Amino acid sequence: MEVDEVVCLPRLSRVAVCGGTHGNELSGVYLVRELLKVKKEVMEEEEEEEPLSVLMVLSNPRAVQQCRRYVDTDLNRCFTHATLNGPTSGDVPYELIRSRELNATLGPKGSSAAVDLVCDLHNTTANMGLCFIAYSDCDWICLHIFRHLQRKMPDIPMRYIHFEVSNKESYSLDSVGKHGFAMEIGPQPHSVVRSNIYTAMKDGVQHMLDWVCFFNSGTIFEGECVDVFTMIKHIDYPRDSETHNITAAIHPQLQDRDFCLLHPDDPLFQTFSGETLRYKGTEPLYPFFINECAYYEKGIALSLARKRRVMIPAIRVQTEQERQAAAQESEEEEEE
Amino acid sequence: MSSYGNSVRVTEARRVAIFGGTHGNEMSGVTLVNLWMKNSAEIQRKRVETKPFITNPKAVEKCTRYVDTDLNRAFTPENLSATGGDDLPYEVQRAQEINKIFGPKGSPEAYDVIFDLHNTTSNMGCTLILESSKDHFNLQMMNYIKKAIAPASCLVLLNEHPLLKYSTSRSVAKHPVGLEVGPQPQGVLRSNIFEAMRVILKHALDFIELFNEGMEFPPCTVQVFRVLERIDYPRDANRNIIAMVHPNLQDCDWEPLNPGDPMFQTFDGKTIRYQGTGTVYPTFINEAAYYEKQQAFTTTRREALVASAIRKV
Repeated sequence: MEVDEVVCLPRLSRVAVCGGTHGNELSGVYLVRELLKVKKEVMEEEEEEEPLSVLMVLSNPRAVQQCRRYVDTDLNRCFTHATLNGPTSGDVPYELIRSRELNATLGPKGSSAAVDLVCDLHNTTANMGLCFIAYSDCDWICLHIFRHLQRKMPDIPMRYIHFEVSNKESYSLDSVGKHGFAMEIGPQPHSVVRSNIYTAMKDGVQHMLDWVCFFNSGTIFEGECVDVFTMIKHIDYPRDSETHNITAAIHPQLQDRDFCLLHPDDPLFQTFSGETLRYKGTEPLYPFFINECAYYEKGIALSLARKRRVMIPAIRVQTEQERQAAAQESEEEEEE
Repeated sequence: MSSYGNSVRVTEARRVAIFGGTHGNEMSGVTLVNLWMKNSAEIQRKRVETKPFITNPKAVEKCTRYVDTDLNRAFTPENLSATGGDDLPYEVQRAQEINKIFGPKGSPEAYDVIFDLHNTTSNMGCTLILESSKDHFNLQMMNYIKKAIAPASCLVLLNEHPLLKYSTSRSVAKHPVGLEVGPQPQGVLRSNIFEAMRVILKHALDFIELFNEGMEFPPCTVQVFRVLERIDYPRDANRNIIAMVHPNLQDCDWEPLNPGDPMFQTFDGKTIRYQGTGTVYPTFINEAAYYEKQQAFTTTRREALVASAIRKV
């Protein structure tokens, strides 16, 4: 890739901001409600056509109403192609019905009708600051938005986390759009809204939407380097072989130290009898999602990532000419 | 013969219970009680039987606060005498069972002391909850604990308010002691919070052992925070919350809140200020479980309670 080569990408006409995918992650719930209220007030004042269509979505209304993560099953695992399109029989979990509804509104996943960008709002009990979580480490749109937020919000620690999951296997709501990422902010207990966390999320969403407008209006975003954390593995709590209950807690020296490099032999857990259990891996890795409440049932005490620098190219929006040329090209490719 | 003129005689505390899981997602208590049910060596003391007990096993299993209704509000006289068996809400049935085992509430057969273990998402540190300003045994115990863990702090919250007081699981005992440690998210186990709770219980049981051996405790003064008022979130006409605890108030449990100080922040960034007539000391600031109870925080005032000297009968 040439250093001064600018990658031209299609404009982002439709953006979805989703909150309450987990019903007890309250910053996103309250933010989406507030944005819907503001939008309603703006539209009542002026029937102006917006250059950018922003859909505000409360993903899991029943779970929100009950202030629970989910009703039957985790909604944010219900977006694989197989789950969205497969057959159903008997009692269909509520979240499966919902994922298909969301796929119809925001997707269909994988098709040209899908929204251009999905930003799915989440909170975590882990001390992770603001994180983008995405399936790709080469989605230049998401990476440039991330860099933009880092520049605009220098007081908030921010990281880009990459889960190496193929398109076929991708399972979360943000995978429905042509581009997508989860915006995960912590620490916040579930069922609580902390004003500093809410404000960070509100500002993050606003800067993202601003970036989309800049992008659509032709701004060139210069190439640069971004640190990307790629998830390598999870570590579960030590458990009792009979009851499966946990027998140790995250060690006090590891608690709240997300993204502080974990070296072989560093403390991991403290058993209830006071013994220290240590990290047995051979490679120093970056821990995150340390002591996330919802992950106890998924068998995850913490996740580990490798950090690397990714070079992102300069990008700008395709001109109308370029778009038509690209459309013609793909038509010709289909005919061949 | 007492060394202190007005020593209150209290019966020996022979039967003590430690309740965990009254709220099924408050993990320190659940974990400690499960540990002690497997191996109770740590909680054994001379001359006292200490029974660890999971009060709400169904809620613990689902890692939720409660199944049908809040167990820690369920020990009302109406509930304890209600008929209906299996048709009653789960927690009302549980309250009746607990009252049978550890009570009956108000009778001479009731357990002497019950420690009820709780966590909160509020930044309350270690807090002991007292239900009566006239319980000299409890006051002396709390004084002992505070001195034992100094310079670490353990504050005392007194809820004797005629309207705001509620019927707790521990109220079955003659001397109910609430132990609230935070901040900890629901469903999460933090080792520092877990260890803090463990240490407090150790000192509490030490006190009981000393008392049962005949030690006389001289009069003392205990600083408490007395519950005044519950403050709800600002709400709209549809009862939806329209503001959050202000960043200046968030995590400032036990610090003075003066008239005019920021209290809430609306979702679009405006500040709502405290309009009271004097300085109060807020606590239970932004407790997750209290959104549905219409409680953003509780106000308290500082008071010095004098505990009489006590010794066993």
